[in-house]
Amino acid sequence: MRNENHTDKQEFNITVYTENHIGLLTRVAIIFSRRKINVESLNTSPSEIEGIHRFNIVITETAEVVRKIAGQIEKQVGVLKVYFNTNQDVVWQEMALYKVPTDVIAERAIVERLLRENGARAVVIRKDYTVFETTGQREETDNLIKVLQPYGLIEFVRSARIAIIKDSDGFHRKLQEFEQSEPHDEVVENEYLNSREKVFTM
Amino acid sequence: MLTKEKPAPASSPKQTQTISGAEAVILALLEEKVDTIFGYPGGAIMPVYDALYDYTDKLNHVLVRHEQGGIHAGQGYARSSGKVGVVFATSGPGATNLVTGLADAQIDSTPLVCITGQVFAHLLGTDAFQETDILNITTPVTKWNYQVTDASEIPDVLAKAFYIAKSGRPGPVLIDITKNAQLQQFDFTGYQPCKHIRSYRPKPTVRHEYIVQAAELINQAQKPFILWGQGVMLGAAEQEFKTFVEKSGIPAAWTIMGAGALPTDHPQNVGMLGMHGNYGPNVLTNECDVLIAIGMRFDDRVTGRLDKYAKQAKVVHLDIDPTEIGKNVPVAVPVWGDCKETLPLLTELVEAKDHQEWLGKFRKYNDQEIEAVIQDELFPTSEEMTMGEVVQQLNELTSGDAIVVTDVGQHQMVACRYAKLNHTRSNITSGGLGTMGFALPAAIGAKFGAQDRTVVAVIGDGGFQMTLQELGTIMQTGVDVKILILNNQFLGMVRQWQELFHERRYSFVDIASPDFVKVASGYGISGKSVSKREELRSALQEMLSHKGSFLLEVMVTKENNVFPMVPQGCSVSEIRLK
Repeated sequence: MRNENHTDKQEFNITVYTENHIGLLTRVAIIFSRRKINVESLNTSPSEIEGIHRFNIVITETAEVVRKIAGQIEKQVGVLKVYFNTNQDVVWQEMALYKVPTDVIAERAIVERLLRENGARAVVIRKDYTVFETTGQREETDNLIKVLQPYGLIEFVRSARIAIIKDSDGFHRKLQEFEQSEPHDEVVENEYLNSREKVFTM
Repeated sequence: MLTKEKPAPASSPKQTQTISGAEAVILALLEEKVDTIFGYPGGAIMPVYDALYDYTDKLNHVLVRHEQGGIHAGQGYARSSGKVGVVFATSGPGATNLVTGLADAQIDSTPLVCITGQVFAHLLGTDAFQETDILNITTPVTKWNYQVTDASEIPDVLAKAFYIAKSGRPGPVLIDITKNAQLQQFDFTGYQPCKHIRSYRPKPTVRHEYIVQAAELINQAQKPFILWGQGVMLGAAEQEFKTFVEKSGIPAAWTIMGAGALPTDHPQNVGMLGMHGNYGPNVLTNECDVLIAIGMRFDDRVTGRLDKYAKQAKVVHLDIDPTEIGKNVPVAVPVWGDCKETLPLLTELVEAKDHQEWLGKFRKYNDQEIEAVIQDELFPTSEEMTMGEVVQQLNELTSGDAIVVTDVGQHQMVACRYAKLNHTRSNITSGGLGTMGFALPAAIGAKFGAQDRTVVAVIGDGGFQMTLQELGTIMQTGVDVKILILNNQFLGMVRQWQELFHERRYSFVDIASPDFVKVASGYGISGKSVSKREELRSALQEMLSHKGSFLLEVMVTKENNVFPMVPQGCSVSEIRLK
């Protein structure tokens, strides 16, 4: 973590590597709701390893609270690993879809130009409506809503955030360690206690 | 009996055999060396009970009177024996009645495997009769839970359940098995105990550098102070702990859950921590220079106001659960690991010392506490009896060898403060959750878990009425539990707070009781009620020497307060003697 101030709330990206088990989502989710913390975004997806799931969770909290929460998530049976990072430490994206009436776009060249300027791409073009897609950070997807609103935006939806940790060499090596039935000497299991200011690696 | 003619399959068959899911449950219990189950049958768990019928020679099933009683008995069993408590309940209300016990076991780290029946898999989610989504209800209060819908999963799932319940920081596990899975025949290839789960690390490899740092801090300390909790017992590290305490010469105080890990009369045992703990340990927490916390979690009842807690001290925290280290109190040296492993490493590096002067300070505070509180509590001159003098008399008669099970409230604080405990696993109480009604069923379980020991359940008049139906369990099993009701005719702890903090507005704390001796008598249990001091000792003696269970009600003074007390929101050093 770059931000050393433990009392300031900011956005954190929590990355959770888990087994793909029924009920784990609840186990993870209640750790937030128990402390009355709102989950702003939650995405579950496959990870770089087959059979291992990856949660991306975004919350706004202090580093201190996030550290404790990360530990409590990692403690759950079925959770392999938890990392938490500020926005500066991750590459993140969200995807958004916009449905607008096709006749408006056809009639008004300005709309097409606005869409192009905002990096939107047509996904579906029908006689009655057209669906555009953009991928980017919050301001970018938000911006296009404002742009399209005067032209009869019919529907809007934005996906959860997905994030890649800049300072991570993947999960393969860690998983191999976890699969060892006996922890051998070289495995440093509580390295987080050394480097808790950096990433949470317990 | 005809039903008994069915041949029982061998517990570890070499070859595949076809058995039902219900039988697989029973075979798993036998493989895990379970000897006692606390349970209550019902529709959705009937196949398991049917399978159990063939194994009553190997498994002692205790029929309780309420599932909450069953799970508290399982907790008592686990706490007195160190083994995993096993509980059966049916779906719906049977399962939901376990919730309080699960929460209690979760917060007090008690190993349990609870097996609940569930409606047929095809009925899940349809509001079927006695269907409850028990997995989602119990997720916050279990270490792990799982729903089985196919019989072939049962051996592995139960192996995992026992492994998770007892390893690392122990806790309760609930396995919900749909009725079709219990009935289903499948190819059973044998039972493999679980030893490893890749997404679960019960304990880490100990990091030596932290042991070295901890030892350096301890060796430099002028006023080191040890706080220990139940972790010492859960890690079966009583001997390692004692060696550490004795070599280091450091005074040691206990949380309510840690009581008994070091005998009460050990010269370095300086007493109890927390809200109603002893004077010295609380005051001197804010004077020590190094605080060594072992297997405890700095509960708010122990720390009082956190921002004024041991700010001057460097904290060394030994715990098996990394999320406890630094959770409430900032830590200078984190020693993550099993204290059975970390304590001997630490003992090796600490210098043999004798902190007599520092220990003397604790004694001085203790003298003040004796004068202000203890003398009047244990040897009162007032006409009416105190709770403390009952516990004191009990100590003298048992010599401190009994298991003392307590309920929740004033009597709990008094019993835990004053009970003499010579042995480990002798104090069974609901520490974290504070569950009234815990003591009677827990005492039943404790006796099944330690049959050669005397078990005394010290209970208030309020708490006893919450689970008194378990007298029926005592009646039917003949288990020998001594029930000591300290009756002050009030919900005493709440009344004390109302007196101290709510201008004596005694709102609904005046509780009426039935004739407890008559109630016991209805269950065929002998009993007595005493209200005069001169009758107390002989009545206690009668209770202890009685063959079988005995209920003794002692009428104590109505409006006594438990002191010392750290008022809520105050620092531990602001502890009040009156």
